[in-house]
Amino acid sequence: MTYRVHIRVVPRAGLLDPQGQAVEHALGVLGFSGAGDVRIGRAIELAIDAPSAEAAEASARQMCEKLLANPVTEDFSLAVEG
Amino acid sequence: MVRVAVVRFPGSNCDWDAYHAVANAGAEARFVWHRDTDLQQADVVLLPGGFSYGDYLRSGAIARFSPVMQAVQRHAAAGGAVLGICNGFQILCEAQLLPGALVKNDRLTFVSRPVWVRVERTDTFCTSAYARNTEMRIPVAHGDGCYVADADTLRMLEAEGRVVLRYTRGENPNGSVADIAGVSNAAGTVVGFMPHPERYADPLTGSDVGAGFFTSIAEWLPGRAARSTP
Repeated sequence: MTYRVHIRVVPRAGLLDPQGQAVEHALGVLGFSGAGDVRIGRAIELAIDAPSAEAAEASARQMCEKLLANPVTEDFSLAVEG
Repeated sequence: MVRVAVVRFPGSNCDWDAYHAVANAGAEARFVWHRDTDLQQADVVLLPGGFSYGDYLRSGAIARFSPVMQAVQRHAAAGGAVLGICNGFQILCEAQLLPGALVKNDRLTFVSRPVWVRVERTDTFCTSAYARNTEMRIPVAHGDGCYVADADTLRMLEAEGRVVLRYTRGENPNGSVADIAGVSNAAGTVVGFMPHPERYADPLTGSDVGAGFFTSIAEWLPGRAARSTP
């Protein structure tokens, strides 16, 4: 069975995120005064052939730990669909 | 003669500069392709600057998994000398041969200009020609040069004297924590930094203050600790 996996990678909390700060400033300039704590990361989608959703998740987690996220600077979360 | 393998990845662009700096210093330089697994009995592996694999995902993240890096890992594990310059430093951090990581410059812009740095560790294979705390102006050229590491790692680096290069006061071009421009492993056999001494290694390109990194390598005696300088 093929599972669709949605992965979010964001800069670790507490780490300076200059992109997030710049966007937060721009939002303020546009009048969105309530927006704060902007973090900019990346979204990765992929398909995994696995016998179960649990197996797909375990596989995706390994991918994140080994390549898709840098354990020094980034946190990741993932969701398996289907 | 000390033999230096200059590794070329798709997107390396400082490979010839590094080659010339090494050869002009009196060492033997050889190119090694990223698909090769034979380092040709190199004493020193040099990972040059550039944009390996287009900096896709993160700078250095893909290069880390190229076949040659398996050989570099073995070389480093056996105590062999490895120098990473700019993108090479990013690759060494991704490969966990050096601690920490390099993230986007705090000003969000690519910075390309000479900056002042201080050589703080001189008992390594690539810095032994300099007196400790020598200050020099050498070029940086990077978008992802902001060095970060957790508090424990930073304490360890400082306590063990593993900050090899540090931007001098007011010169930090990228927001690096503690003005760190380059670090080493504990033994000093693996070194990485963002500045490009190979671009200031010949008066032809404006300055040769960076030539000492390469004369250090050329005069290094593999298998022995680098000679220490006062």
